[in-house]
Amino acid sequence: MDSLQYLLLLFISTVLINNFVLIQFLGICPFLGVSRYVETAFSMGLAATFVMTMTAFATYFINTFILEALNLEFLQYMSFIIVIASLVQFVEMFIKKVSPVLYKALGIYLPLITTNCAIMGMALLIPQNDYNFIESIVFGFGAGVGFTLAIVLIAGLRQEIQFGDVPQDLKGMPITLILAGLMALAFMGFAGLAVV
Amino acid sequence: MDSIFIYAFLSMGALAAFLAAGLGFASRTFHVEKDPRVVEANEILPGANCGACGYAGCENFAEAVVEGEAPVAGCPVGGEGVADKLADLMGAEAESAEKQVARLLCKGIKSKTAQNASYQGIESCVAASVVGLAEKKCSYGCLGFGDCAEICPFDAIVMNDEGLPEVDEEKCTGCNNCVEECPHDLFLLGPISGKNHIRCSSHDAGKVVRKICEVGCIACTQCARVCPVEAIEMQENLAVLDYEKCINCGLCAEKCPTDTIDFEGEKISAIEITEDCIGCTKCAQECPVEAITGEAKEQHEIDQETCIKCGICYNVCPVDAVKKEVK
Repeated sequence: MDSLQYLLLLFISTVLINNFVLIQFLGICPFLGVSRYVETAFSMGLAATFVMTMTAFATYFINTFILEALNLEFLQYMSFIIVIASLVQFVEMFIKKVSPVLYKALGIYLPLITTNCAIMGMALLIPQNDYNFIESIVFGFGAGVGFTLAIVLIAGLRQEIQFGDVPQDLKGMPITLILAGLMALAFMGFAGLAVV
Repeated sequence: MDSIFIYAFLSMGALAAFLAAGLGFASRTFHVEKDPRVVEANEILPGANCGACGYAGCENFAEAVVEGEAPVAGCPVGGEGVADKLADLMGAEAESAEKQVARLLCKGIKSKTAQNASYQGIESCVAASVVGLAEKKCSYGCLGFGDCAEICPFDAIVMNDEGLPEVDEEKCTGCNNCVEECPHDLFLLGPISGKNHIRCSSHDAGKVVRKICEVGCIACTQCARVCPVEAIEMQENLAVLDYEKCINCGLCAEKCPTDTIDFEGEKISAIEITEDCIGCTKCAQECPVEAITGEAKEQHEIDQETCIKCGICYNVCPVDAVKKEVK
């Protein structure tokens, strides 16, 4: 029960308190680039969640059974990059064969997210925080959900603000950055929720 | 020190080899048989994935072409070259792949239109059209808030000082975004070679238009009558131009009493038949006003009095014996 509670706390902490985009400022590129419409933002979030969970799974094994066993932690960056890239490629081919529908929904976004810093950051944070296998998976999934939450929220705001009376000089990207800043401020309010 | 070096080398090498083998294996096992024509079509396309064709990317467009859903000339970026190659691949004749550009069918600048009210709401055409009460009395005209300029992904539309959008035909790719965005449906995609534009979309009766807009179509039908190729048709109090039929002679623009029709081409000032004429009689047959006379196999002549200088004879002459001068 204790561990289940801990896992739940870890999940909430990753999604809200340590939100990858709004608190740790990772993955800003897709956050600003693919957030014009809620639908595409949601697809991007799904793809990111998927890749992050898979990555947490794969990099945990690489790190524990190869790098740590051989004292080669300095190779984390290199090995993680090739592992993530190959994994995404593999998954893309697999989905294409097995489920054309899923491929149409995720296919375009999978390669876009491959070498995103949010994914890489997550993979590097797992050994730093000494998570075990289950924790890694929860952490990866939570990171993806947090990313989806942030990108869908800002996409909704951006769609609304199209009809707003924005000063000429702030139209487009400037107002989006201000929105992102305000959202980050708001998310800092979650810091009091729990301590993990 | 040495052992770390060896371990690093071996472990990374093994990892890379394993992943490479895995991917190689996967690409065979999970290989999806594709129509080879899709692959070829995709190679012909520019590969910019700009979406101007209306599909998510070049590959989706290639698939649609092979399935016969999309026209071979559907890629506005690739133009004629790409369309020809696609047509070869599909064994079809290329349809006209001329570059299409958007034109605004309204000339109602503020100084020439009657105003209804002062609109103070959200500054967007969509919002203003929802309110239903535009600033201009004309309920068909341009609202002037520049939603089209906003939506244009190629910065081809700029709002001018008079509150009307101007399309840069060089930058325009014919992506159709502005056509869909404009709440009054004022944009029309037409071939870039088209030089005549009837810039009005009002279906109001001529009487009404005359009162509220100095440059609106009053449905006098003069343009439709003067057109030598019957390219202009009257539809509910509005002259509508068929770009397919139009030969860009500019006669309609000359006749238009309200200056609604813009002519951007070159107006023929003088036209005559030279000695190169072989007397094929083609020009005489095509002339809409029967201004060309002459016996078969002899040089023809143009009666300058009756000639309307439409340029049809210049276009049909098989030996380029018709010489024209342009203003």
